[in-house]
Amino acid sequence: MDLSSKYSQGDLLRDGVRIDGRGVRELRPIKLEVGVLSRADGSAYIEQGNNKILVAVYGPRELHPKHLARPDTAILQCFYRMATFSVEERKNPAPSRRELELSKVIKGALAPAIFLRNFPRSTIDVYIQVLQADGGTRCASITAASLALADAGVPMRDLVTACAVGKVNGQLVLDPNDIEDKLGEADMPVAIMPRKRFITLLQMDGRMNKEEFIEAYKMAIEGCMEIYKLQRQALMERYMAVRKEFEEEGGGEDA
Amino acid sequence: MHDVLSEVEKRFIITLANKGQRADGRELREMRPINIETGLIKKAEGSAKVSLGETKVIAGIKAEIGAPFPDEPNRGVITCNAELIPLASPFFEAGPPQEDAIELARVVDRGIREAEMVDMEKLCIIPGEKVWILFVDLYVLDDNGNLFDASSYAAVSALLSTMIPKVEVKNGEVKLLDEKEPLPIRDLPVSLTFGKVGEHIFLDPMLDEERVIDCRLTIVTDKEGRITAVQKSEDGALSEKDINEAIEIAIEKGREIREKYFMPLLKSREGAE
Amino acid sequence: MLVVHVKKRQIVLPGEVLAEGGKFKSGEGTFREGEKVLAAVIGLAEIKENNIVVVVPLEGIYIPRPGDTVIGKIVNVKLSSWDVDILAPYLATLNLMNVPGKPVDPIKTDLRQIFDIGDLIVAKVLAFDRTQPPVLTMKEKDLRKLEGGRLVKMASTKIPRLIGRRGSMINMIKKETKCQIIIGQNGLVWVSGSSLESEELVVKAIRQIEREAHTSGLTDRIRELISQRT
Repeated sequence: MDLSSKYSQGDLLRDGVRIDGRGVRELRPIKLEVGVLSRADGSAYIEQGNNKILVAVYGPRELHPKHLARPDTAILQCFYRMATFSVEERKNPAPSRRELELSKVIKGALAPAIFLRNFPRSTIDVYIQVLQADGGTRCASITAASLALADAGVPMRDLVTACAVGKVNGQLVLDPNDIEDKLGEADMPVAIMPRKRFITLLQMDGRMNKEEFIEAYKMAIEGCMEIYKLQRQALMERYMAVRKEFEEEGGGEDA
Repeated sequence: MHDVLSEVEKRFIITLANKGQRADGRELREMRPINIETGLIKKAEGSAKVSLGETKVIAGIKAEIGAPFPDEPNRGVITCNAELIPLASPFFEAGPPQEDAIELARVVDRGIREAEMVDMEKLCIIPGEKVWILFVDLYVLDDNGNLFDASSYAAVSALLSTMIPKVEVKNGEVKLLDEKEPLPIRDLPVSLTFGKVGEHIFLDPMLDEERVIDCRLTIVTDKEGRITAVQKSEDGALSEKDINEAIEIAIEKGREIREKYFMPLLKSREGAE
Repeated sequence: MLVVHVKKRQIVLPGEVLAEGGKFKSGEGTFREGEKVLAAVIGLAEIKENNIVVVVPLEGIYIPRPGDTVIGKIVNVKLSSWDVDILAPYLATLNLMNVPGKPVDPIKTDLRQIFDIGDLIVAKVLAFDRTQPPVLTMKEKDLRKLEGGRLVKMASTKIPRLIGRRGSMINMIKKETKCQIIIGQNGLVWVSGSSLESEELVVKAIRQIEREAHTSGLTDRIRELISQRT
């Protein structure tokens, strides 16, 4: 479908209001759930705007074929795949070059946070299945994958959080959706380890001058910090709900 | 990586089965809880996510206009594809569908096609030239046994929830209107899968049971109680008595499931006759 | 300056700062960055004697430790050893020389006579380090092949809760249900009772412990669960 025939540039941004009604620094609504699959070692589900993405983690586990194993460290394998029905025009079931590239950059975003050297000769596998895509899927995938890794008990230095910034009619906008991505002038996905704001994913597609570039990634990092709060909440919710049922104020000792 | 079930676990399931009992407390003819959610993928023309116990499968329907098969110029086309994605089990590997996934897709397809669930002639737009092509894409999300039934329910529910644009043909040109309509449905096939341990066949094998049984039997019935598809999968053998019993159960349970889950979906469609 | 940032048994997340100061040492589930000790996994924070900061993990795959009792499944038979699946990131090895009984000539004897694929065994982890797979032994008391009963899988991180302080929880369950229960540190529990009902009660207790492992008052609630049914 030809989006530019459906929307004009004017539709994208009007008096600081974006095409979906958001302000320029506003994130889409985000819903996060941890531990949603029974067989995976760890799992998480994210909805960010119309994005719907499921992530499963298996491992650390033995790596087959054995010759791929590294004697001093675990390897991290990421598989980013989109369902055929996740986009407007049915996508061919076979992985596209884009999916393969995204698998690699997502791996690059998550690996620095993981204590891979704790598990030599093994693999940690992260499977990302995009059920519905609406712009910013690699960022949403990273946000969910980080929770799935925590759910699997994989030791990490920090969580990893991701957020993108786009440019629409010359204006930087936070967390662009699919239309803003396709019709805008630039797209910059960023992932960080929030505690020290170390950047583990940085890509840019489009045209920006130096000031814009710096402002854009600062904006993305602020977006990440907001999403980080939601990640923490989602992880805590899993345990606090059960705990609240039984704990009195001040807790109690138990055998 | 192969999946070895320990002798202790095997014996446990067999001991229970010989008493007519099952590890999760179910009766032999009892299905696990079924949960169906439709319309969750807005970018798809139809979608459904089914939970059968902990087994989870999602189906998405994409509709396109294309050429019919030359030997069926007046009929639309349905094509099913299934993927056992590695998300769903430690034993599924990344890569194109192998024989298990292909068998799954073909059996789901057969059940829907032979029951004539969708009126394919009504999907014809310009005979011999343009028809609706429906892609039914299944993704197994969590394998806890009985992927055949979960996938079939997902495909059927997704088709029930599908809305396609109305079309107008003017001077040989096909125009898609903004208004949408549901698919023309003629029947509601219900799939039921059996396993056998010791002397007893039982419905809806869950994961551990599936690892003990030698084979599965899937029977799909339509609303008249006719059998529209059967598949015996994996190795192992069944007796005539087993098959006769399974047919009885499939027709009866099929009726129950059709009424409880599919009829409400059929009735609640917008713009349906 | 010494600062402790967490309350006892507080739930912490990876990357959270637990304590600051050179006196604090980094224990299980934590790592050190300069003066800070931080959580590496999601779990319950605790400062132990000698200022060792630990996070007791709530999730995570079993990592073998020498001395652990484990329940394993034979998945492969070789010339003089077996491969044993102990639900760890690595397949374990059981050598013929670590199996009790009369000496056996591996060339003359088919090892399947001793343990075959699918057999369940209780064994001890003899050795494990980063350079080799875990090595098991059965040459200690009470280590044997398991038959009958049923196998229950639970998160290995919650096994300590099933055992209880000095065995208080598990001994209570054993006494009340009169079931034989063998616990593997790797999250596998073997239960064998005189009736299916008594075994089922043990399974129920295990599931509840798994779900509520991070709460207090659990022993009392489990005692109540069991006494209601026996």
